[in-house]
Amino acid sequence: MARKAAAAKSPAKKETTSKSGSNAPEFSKDEELEAFREMLLVRRFEEKAGQLYGMGLIGGFCHLYIGQEAVVTGITMASRKGEDAQITGYRDHGHMLVMGLDPKGVMAELTGRQGGLSKGKGGSMHMFSNEHRFYGGNGIVGAQVSLGTGLAFAAKYRGEDTVSLTYFGDGAANQGQVYESFNMAKLWSLPVVYVIENNQYAMGTSVARSAATTDLSQRGRSFDIPGEQVDGMDVRQVRDAAERAIEHARSGKGPYILEMLTYRYRGHSMSDPAKYRSKDEVTSMRSERDPIEQVRKRILENDYASEDDLKEIEKEVRAIVTEAADFATNDPEPEASELYTDILQ
Amino acid sequence: MPTDILMPALSPTMEEGTLSKWLVKEGDKVGPGDVLAEIETDKATMEVEAVDEGTIGKIFVAEGTEGVKVNTPIAALIGEDEDPAEVPEPEIGPDEPKESEKPGADEEVAAKSQPTTKSVDAPAAPQFKPADDPDIPDDVEMVTTTVREALRDAMAEEMRADGDVFVMGEEVAEYQGAYKVTQGLLQEFGAERVIDTPITEHGFAGLGVGAAFAGLKPIVEFMTWNFGMQAIDQIINSAAKQLYMSGGQVKAPIVFRGPNGAAARVGAQHSQDYSAWYSHVPGLIVIAPYTAADAKGLLKAAIRNPNPVIFLENEILYGSSGDVPKMDDFVLPIGKARVARKGKDVTIVSYSIGMRYATQATEKLVAAGVDVELIDLRTLRPMDIDTVVESVKKTGRCVTVEEGWPQGSIGSEISARLMEKAFDYLDAPVTRVTGKDVPMPYAANLEKLALPNVDEVIAAVNAVTYRS
Ligand SMILES: Cc1ncc(C[n+]2csc(CCOP(=O)(O)OP(=O)(O)O)c2C)c(N)n1
Ligand SMILES: [Mg+2]
Repeated sequence: MARKAAAAKSPAKKETTSKSGSNAPEFSKDEELEAFREMLLVRRFEEKAGQLYGMGLIGGFCHLYIGQEAVVTGITMASRKGEDAQITGYRDHGHMLVMGLDPKGVMAELTGRQGGLSKGKGGSMHMFSNEHRFYGGNGIVGAQVSLGTGLAFAAKYRGEDTVSLTYFGDGAANQGQVYESFNMAKLWSLPVVYVIENNQYAMGTSVARSAATTDLSQRGRSFDIPGEQVDGMDVRQVRDAAERAIEHARSGKGPYILEMLTYRYRGHSMSDPAKYRSKDEVTSMRSERDPIEQVRKRILENDYASEDDLKEIEKEVRAIVTEAADFATNDPEPEASELYTDILQ
Repeated sequence: MPTDILMPALSPTMEEGTLSKWLVKEGDKVGPGDVLAEIETDKATMEVEAVDEGTIGKIFVAEGTEGVKVNTPIAALIGEDEDPAEVPEPEIGPDEPKESEKPGADEEVAAKSQPTTKSVDAPAAPQFKPADDPDIPDDVEMVTTTVREALRDAMAEEMRADGDVFVMGEEVAEYQGAYKVTQGLLQEFGAERVIDTPITEHGFAGLGVGAAFAGLKPIVEFMTWNFGMQAIDQIINSAAKQLYMSGGQVKAPIVFRGPNGAAARVGAQHSQDYSAWYSHVPGLIVIAPYTAADAKGLLKAAIRNPNPVIFLENEILYGSSGDVPKMDDFVLPIGKARVARKGKDVTIVSYSIGMRYATQATEKLVAAGVDVELIDLRTLRPMDIDTVVESVKKTGRCVTVEEGWPQGSIGSEISARLMEKAFDYLDAPVTRVTGKDVPMPYAANLEKLALPNVDEVIAAVNAVTYRS
């Protein structure tokens, strides 16, 4: 029954379970700059997508990743790019950009054009890349958890030492197939890292209103799957925890759960009444915990780069995004003949 | 009298097996439960136990014999004072063909082995006779209402009238419904009766069915029917079959409702029409209204109905308005089609948003001199085929319109039934206008092509009236 909404908890680490200590692991200069650049690309790309949506160039659902950039960036930094598989739900643009998929192809898919990653036939929620081992882009909440477990199954079956990075939301964490998957993953020691992107809300429902136990990192407990809560706004914490989790999975010890405490700044999709949280909550998260600002600050403090250098990076990122948007606006729609292709092989 | 011990069947499909071992010999005394022999098929082994007390009088089938037919006597059990020497050989030897394998004997054996079957033929399915729409008094006030409001009003009225009715689903309470259909219900009825669930469709659908078994009348909202697919097992295996499986004892008075079919540009996994899927299933009632009045009157009927009801709404229709009579209790009959326009040249049959294409096409066709009869099915199961048949007897032509896929569609069903019931009246093939046989594409131009449209309806009518 309806429970009272608990005040949103801060996505700072919680002592109970986290191993990521308060003395965050240091990033080298190159790592800081890489993280800055990747996260900025996602941020600017998503802002542009929001604009194109407002102009009517993108339709249907469009779930932006703004605020959560550190999660996919840190995880991907800890992974083997192009070898480890990744799969997520419909909030998927950031994953693709950080994994190195072509921003033009992603944006053109958002506008439903023939140069889109799915030839315009998938849309925002349905993009994939065999080459980069990105398996979507899934619209049904929770479905990717079983699918990601299957990716891990394939790795083990073939004797490959790749890992499946399976992302899902706090809301998805209540779906039954999550637990069916946990059981099989542990039973068969499958190399999968479950990354719960806990942004505190599933549409308008806070975690406290939907979850009997709110420490989602412990949801694998009855299957003996280790889990930790991680400050998902700090890319260093994310990468550090991901390294532990991925090493665990890759070395044959089975699944691992990382609960990333993060936050989405924008609405669930483009239309969102936003009555379920206060403006203050969003503002304070943005001003105090922003993942990109944290990195920017450290870069400047450590003299890894100057303001001007960072501006230069900003410029480069903007150019990439502008190019993607131009392409996505001018690329033609798919040929009508595409209607009946790709149904069966 | 000696009692024959027969070769048992290990499974309903077993026809023969190997008698692998005897654990008793002639002259042994046995009692109930004693293991007499072991038999084996390619799939399993089993021990043959004695059922009665007695002495093994004679063993007919030696151990190691393969291909022993089921029901062949393998030994005889005799009483205290019977003589083993007098035990007769069984009438059918193990290698002779059984009665059932002789030509022509099949029916007789079937009849014999199912003694309770009264007739070999299935009885005719009962015909559903829907009630007529209620009379709407001439002086009743008509209120312009959106489909969204009509649905909300229907739920609110039924919840006021019956404390066993409650609503549950994702975002139905505090958020006021993902598509605002449950607007205001939390405020009026409280959190005990308007319940936000976690994202666990299979779980809360099953929970709802269980609550219905126990006598409550849940209204389970699926944010969209695309997500109801997570729950389809509970809907079909638990809700639809329960009354039958329990011999009429346990009811499942539950309504599953939510938007069905394509919205706009939401892609393949979020744009699917489940009309034909659910209308396939005995034990379900399936309703798919088009107008606001039908939405209200039929949702009220659905909530009161003692059966599981699939209520298919449409996101695009939520905002469309229509006249709803202001009456104390406006309830419409389930299973009754609505003749939206009378005509004599061609029958167009549709439902839900298909009616939008059909209505617009009808306007154009009428302007061009074609006297269209337009039927809104409203309920898909039980289907009011009589109204369609009556119409086709008059027009001789029928076009169906729906958004779902063509194979196994509602149109396919209508076409088949018209073949059966109105074949002699048809002057042209029944023609279906449906969504294209593809997953829903995202691109705007492809999505448009994938959906049916007014021109396709007009073209189909022109074809069946040979005007093209
Ligand atoms: C099976 C299913 N049920 C419902 C939905 C509708 N829906 C889409 S996203 C969403 C909320 C999911 O929240 P969460 O898992 O926390 O992910 P987030 O959106 O916060 O990234 C819901 C209910 C869906 N897509 N699939
Ligand atoms: Mg969430």
